[in-house]
Amino acid sequence: MLLIHCPVCGEDRPETEFTYAGEAHIARPSNPDTLSDADWAQFLFYRTNPRGIHAERWRHTHGCGRFFNALRDSVSDKFIQTYPAGTPRPATAKPENAQ
Amino acid sequence: MSDFRIPGRGMVDPGQPCTLVFDGKRYDGLAGDSVASALLANGVHLVGRSYKYHRPRGILSAGSEEPNALIAQDRGDGRFDPNSRATMQELYDGLECQSQNRFPSLAHDIGAINDLAAPLFSAGFYYKTFMWPKSAWRKLYEPVIRRMAGLGKAPDAPDPDHYSTRYHHCDVLIAGGGVAGLASALAAADSGADVVLCDEHAVWGGSLCGNQTDIIDGLSAQDWIAGTIADLQSRANVLLLPRTTCYAYYAQNYLGLCERLSDHVRHPDTTTPRQRLWQIRARRVILATGALERPLVFPGNDRPGVMLASAARICLDRYGVLVGRKIVIFAAEDSAYGTALELASVGAKVTIVDLRPETAIAPDPLHACRKADIPVLAGHVMTGTKGRLRITQASICAHQDGVFGPERHLACDAMLMAGGWTPTLHLYSQSRGKVVWDPERKIFIPGPPVQDEQSVGAARGTLGLQDTLAESFAAGLASGRAAIGGRKGRKRVIIATETAERGTGFLGAVPLPHAKIHARAFVDFQHDVTSKDIKLAVREGFHSIEHVKRYTTTGMATDQGKTSNMHGLAIAAHQLGKDIPAVGLTTFRQPYTPVTFGALVGYHQDALFDPRRKTPTHDRAVALGAVFEPVGLWLRALYFPKGTETRHQAVHRECLATRQSVGLFDASTLGKIEIVGPDAATFMELLYTNPWQKLPVGRCRYGVMLREDGFVFDDGVVARLAPNRFHVTTTTGGAPRVLAHMEDYLQTEFPHLKLRLTSTTEQWATLAINGPRARDVVAKIVDDIDVSAHALPHMAARCGHVLGGIPARLFRISFTGETGFEINVPAAYGAALWDALMLAGAEFGITPYGTETMHVLRAEKGYIITGQDTDGTVTPIDAGLGWAIGKAKRDFVGKRSLARPDIIATERRKHLVGLKTLDPMIVLQEGAQIVLDPNQPIPMTMSGHVTSAYHSPVLGRSIALALVENGHNRMGETVFIPMPDTVIRAEICSTVFYDPTGERLNG
Repeated sequence: MLLIHCPVCGEDRPETEFTYAGEAHIARPSNPDTLSDADWAQFLFYRTNPRGIHAERWRHTHGCGRFFNALRDSVSDKFIQTYPAGTPRPATAKPENAQ
Repeated sequence: MSDFRIPGRGMVDPGQPCTLVFDGKRYDGLAGDSVASALLANGVHLVGRSYKYHRPRGILSAGSEEPNALIAQDRGDGRFDPNSRATMQELYDGLECQSQNRFPSLAHDIGAINDLAAPLFSAGFYYKTFMWPKSAWRKLYEPVIRRMAGLGKAPDAPDPDHYSTRYHHCDVLIAGGGVAGLASALAAADSGADVVLCDEHAVWGGSLCGNQTDIIDGLSAQDWIAGTIADLQSRANVLLLPRTTCYAYYAQNYLGLCERLSDHVRHPDTTTPRQRLWQIRARRVILATGALERPLVFPGNDRPGVMLASAARICLDRYGVLVGRKIVIFAAEDSAYGTALELASVGAKVTIVDLRPETAIAPDPLHACRKADIPVLAGHVMTGTKGRLRITQASICAHQDGVFGPERHLACDAMLMAGGWTPTLHLYSQSRGKVVWDPERKIFIPGPPVQDEQSVGAARGTLGLQDTLAESFAAGLASGRAAIGGRKGRKRVIIATETAERGTGFLGAVPLPHAKIHARAFVDFQHDVTSKDIKLAVREGFHSIEHVKRYTTTGMATDQGKTSNMHGLAIAAHQLGKDIPAVGLTTFRQPYTPVTFGALVGYHQDALFDPRRKTPTHDRAVALGAVFEPVGLWLRALYFPKGTETRHQAVHRECLATRQSVGLFDASTLGKIEIVGPDAATFMELLYTNPWQKLPVGRCRYGVMLREDGFVFDDGVVARLAPNRFHVTTTTGGAPRVLAHMEDYLQTEFPHLKLRLTSTTEQWATLAINGPRARDVVAKIVDDIDVSAHALPHMAARCGHVLGGIPARLFRISFTGETGFEINVPAAYGAALWDALMLAGAEFGITPYGTETMHVLRAEKGYIITGQDTDGTVTPIDAGLGWAIGKAKRDFVGKRSLARPDIIATERRKHLVGLKTLDPMIVLQEGAQIVLDPNQPIPMTMSGHVTSAYHSPVLGRSIALALVENGHNRMGETVFIPMPDTVIRAEICSTVFYDPTGERLNG
């Protein structure tokens, strides 16, 4: 049972209060009808699957109900940082096992 | 007094005799015994038969690592536990248990014929043997193997016990209540931290429990332990959990513990739980899990009477039981010498056979043994044992540098193995720590911690008592201080001495003279894996230890190889000519020892398994004798049988009554979301396919919601109650995901829009009144709403009052195709509204109907149910809902995807169509596959499937909805539905079977 820090509530809460919501920083195009099929497919289907730090969306479903973003290490399963939705991905974080 | 009981020794209570019944025979034991120690006190070593060869097996250990002594325990009233370890089960008076895996009796077992056929059962036997003929596998091999396989019998009655769950937070959690754990707890408690100390046994002290010869702080170990426990018990900041196994170490110092509360009680209080599952989040963790003694791998090492030296020591110290009178100890390290002295001191005749040359033996214990007239044969190896159901003879020969002397035989009634000590790394490894090989001591030890954790004592390879105490005190103090950020506590210095320190021991199969190398030496006792099996696996190309493990099944039994894994690894490494760390260690997974399913389930059973949601009129439906069905978490009335009506008869009556007069249906489970705000209509435009800006206040519209990929996600009727207020309905059970979908877009894609989303499903009771007389009924209960056809046309919505002042939202909508009303009142008035409608409708024969009738009526009209008639690959166009798409809208969620090339390719898409079977009496099966040509070779090309199928009472025939490839362009074509015994023919038709012009709807 992971503890996840909700940046809105400012508290570490058990993971059962949260819902995963896919990769972060993929904005819905504002002009979908002008996109080519390939560009639309890229937005719709293609996701990164990194070994290491992954920027993810989570929702504090059984808490404040807010969506937020998190950097998580896909190797160690550890949350490195959480930050509010709409803010840019923090640049500082390094993978847990980076030598 | 039993034959092998030593008066004055052990922690047992001679004043409390307890009877044990094993395989129907009665034995005398004492309170404080384990089942194993009580049997040994009576000279019983034979307790079970092995898994594969059905070889007679005895008691190997005195702890939870026991591979052999598995018993079936019957505590009455359905309380039946197979595969209980006799070494862990505490004795109570009248305890009944049986041996396992034998027929007809333990001493005479037919399955033992497998042992004679042993040369056949090599590693990979099943893979190699049962390959041909292929057809024999299912009918012959598998049933026979299944009948023979498995240990123990599964209980066949419901478990009458209940189980508890507790969540807990502490500063320092200490796993293991041996000397290391006790010392850690003392020091951590000194610091002021909240401490939890657990141990899997009922008594504290681990391997030193009851030890009278080792000295700690001027006291015998036994007295020091008793004093320490009294000290810890007196402290408010210490929680002691005996009989509690710390079985799992998860992320962020989250640990699972299973506490056995009543397994040691003959007549447990049935109002209290049997076991309690603790889930503890600890700031710091100390792993004082000790070490497990290894057997030695030599021919005949599995005979009853062959045990671990530590087990014999624990039997004497903890239980006051001598495991034999004439004991041979086969040692590879020094701690066995202390055990030899203790056993000799209570009258046993002991001989030590040491694998090592005399120069490698610690001089003090060696001289002490010789002084006590214990013969020590250094530089000798064990070459075999004899005795049918119990060891009677040990064969040995001297060896040096590969040269073996003549074989000699020693008569004995017990043999002890002291192969060395394996640190118990399970919890450390589960914490994701990487174990490190110590080449000097030939053990794996914990590497750097990856969580806030520290191993102490034998668990980190520390061998001596003095060192163990010193590092445990230091770790306890440091952990306690770090956890609470304090400086309290003090450094403790304690002097400890022991007879013989533990040594490194031996790994792998012992060296043998050439004549003996084909004899069977067991590595994994529970799964009957021998050193030969492991060597064979390596020869056959399995070079990874993970593959060797799976091919030979070593370490895969219920004991998970606690006594065998290191030997198996060493033998594989030797065969491969590699170092042990190069071959690797198999993964340690949770749980450390088996955990009862009941404990894991806890309170989540029966009524508490899942929440059951009931509608406000639930009691009314119960009173009418309704049959219910679960829909999501909801319990909904399926149909309302009258008298002896069958389901079919009831649904038939309900359908016709609604079509001919009026029916009453509880639609409260429909999801409801209130969308309020100046941008509510803009948001609706973006989330639904339909246009909303121009929908007048007081009107409803059927809305379709897509995912971004263009597939139908949900649908429902939406009412506009004010320019900035929408009452949205969703499918039953769909409200949470629809609300989450909306919140996602509102928070992250359209955060500039001003509106609020509120779940109102539970706020409203919703009753649907449908049928040609519906208006007559509704008119009688409204206060201030004109329900005439002119004032309230189809799809009109009104806010007003009913029943003399109850606020209501009244919608003229229909899911039946009849004149329909849905009345929403605050949930608390739901039952009153039901009663009023039943009364008002009495003169029209108002008929309550359930979900089955609702399904039939809606299917007759071709109204879809998302999730049943759609499946996440259906676009609104596929579903025939293209009319609901606002063509003029610039954007909505899913719009762009509807223009993707593979969505436009109509010939290949499956369309929702109606199906009429050629024989009108045949009702198709939902989910049945549809083919276009019934004569094509198998496997056939499946061109669709049936999504809904019912008998329609009003049409007097069967109807069905189906998704069929290019179905919209196949109207009138015949398709085929192959069933196991026949092929059903059906004609593709419109989805609207009844009243296609909608006259009844608008009437």
